[in-house]
Amino acid sequence: MINDLSFTVYQGDFLGIVGENGSGKTTLMKLLLGLKQPQSGQIIFSGGLKQSEIGYLPQQTLTQRDFPATVREVVLSGRLSKLGIKPFYSKSDKNKAEEYMKLTGVDMLSGRSYRELSGGQQQRVLLARALCATEKLLLLDEPISGLDPYSAQDMYDTVRRLNKDMGVTVIMISHDLNGALRCSNRVLHMEGGQYYFGTTEEYRASDIFHTMSTCDCHCCCEHHTKGGGESA
Amino acid sequence: MLDMLSYEFFQRALIVGMLVSLCSSLLGVPLVLKRFSMIGDGLSHVGFGALAVAAAMNLAPLWVSIPVVVIAAFLLLKLSGAGKLSGDAAVAVFSSGALAIGAVVLSQSGGNADVSSYMFGSIMAITGDDLLLSVLCSAVVIILFIVFYNKIFAVTFDEGFAGATGVRTELYDTVISLLTALTVVVGMRIMGALLISSLIVFPALSSMRVFKSFRGVTVCSAVLSEVCFIAGMEVTCELDFPAGASVVLAFLAAFLIFCAAGYIIKRVRKSTPKPQEDI
Repeated sequence: MINDLSFTVYQGDFLGIVGENGSGKTTLMKLLLGLKQPQSGQIIFSGGLKQSEIGYLPQQTLTQRDFPATVREVVLSGRLSKLGIKPFYSKSDKNKAEEYMKLTGVDMLSGRSYRELSGGQQQRVLLARALCATEKLLLLDEPISGLDPYSAQDMYDTVRRLNKDMGVTVIMISHDLNGALRCSNRVLHMEGGQYYFGTTEEYRASDIFHTMSTCDCHCCCEHHTKGGGESA
Repeated sequence: MLDMLSYEFFQRALIVGMLVSLCSSLLGVPLVLKRFSMIGDGLSHVGFGALAVAAAMNLAPLWVSIPVVVIAAFLLLKLSGAGKLSGDAAVAVFSSGALAIGAVVLSQSGGNADVSSYMFGSIMAITGDDLLLSVLCSAVVIILFIVFYNKIFAVTFDEGFAGATGVRTELYDTVISLLTALTVVVGMRIMGALLISSLIVFPALSSMRVFKSFRGVTVCSAVLSEVCFIAGMEVTCELDFPAGASVVLAFLAAFLIFCAAGYIIKRVRKSTPKPQEDI
């Protein structure tokens, strides 16, 4: 359940949504995507943005682990919403797919099978697919879960580049507080029915951040040790 | 097999069988990937029950079983989708229930029906009317599959993403399961109620061992199912085996060959490593 939540995302923003499990992050995401309807209140898309124009990077599912599909097929499926009632993709759809594969650095892999890629490569393929759906707004759901520290860093860099250079608005749900804060310019913190929404600087100075970050400290340390271990 | 081709009943069985093999192999790809393999099995048991009832009441078998199985497919999907019963449990309830009804009806209707032909298939079973209906159903399945190919891919690969881009995922799930129902009913006369689901599962599963693209798997499934069906029919004619069982054995052989091929391909790829791509 989410009650009394109100926030605004402007074009070119990078919003990090952080908080505990069960605080409603997933519900919020479903509302934004239109997979669920709010009981009251509304989500307003202005400036010509439509709900179906959100590029969504979902968490990976079990089905995908042994799914036979080439990278090109997966990325191209992002053009689905542009297809309408036409049954097949056009030349321009295919060109777009190529373009975004280049942008996320997976164009070399386009003929490879998705199931044979590393976790980081798979995430970048899904990012290219999300871009195929829209260049306006990306919604990333735990984009680095299951990735090793290097791939995670790489994922953050790619997303940040899209946000800075191409002006793509990004909404990112993440467990990784530090990573989210480094990328975002606004933060929505959700925890047990309490919400905090503000710029990243305001959030860093707030009480809620200090309680959160002391809890999180242990996890961070563990994270770094792991990274160090692998590089050695 | 060639001298059998002069018989009209055999021609009918061959046409229907080839069409059904094609349809079920196409539908099998999304069904297997979505972990719905057993839906065909469940539906065929429902079909068995419906056939038994139709036989006891002297009604045309397909006209009774098509609506019954289509409704069952719809219910199965709703039940497993709504989370009231998990998918496999729902299938178990439907198949054992329908099988029991069929068995009771058959035992009470005087035993004029050949249970073995229902269970394991018969090439004698297809009448002229069946043929017409089968061709119509198959045409619907094949056309819809081609038209919705890209949408089926998207919904199968990632339902969440497809839903977010405005695709009505439930609609496509429903379409797939209704098409499966049609295919199962039409095919179960030749293949038998117990064996029809092999037409759905084997081609997709075999192709997945070797091919790495969705399109490759789909095309290979279609070709493989035709080859195996004809091989099975050949065995049926030569050795007088039950039709369904022969076809399944052909599929099984193909599956083992594809497994071996997949294993060899993997080994060869490993021994010739590609240049390292940067992460």
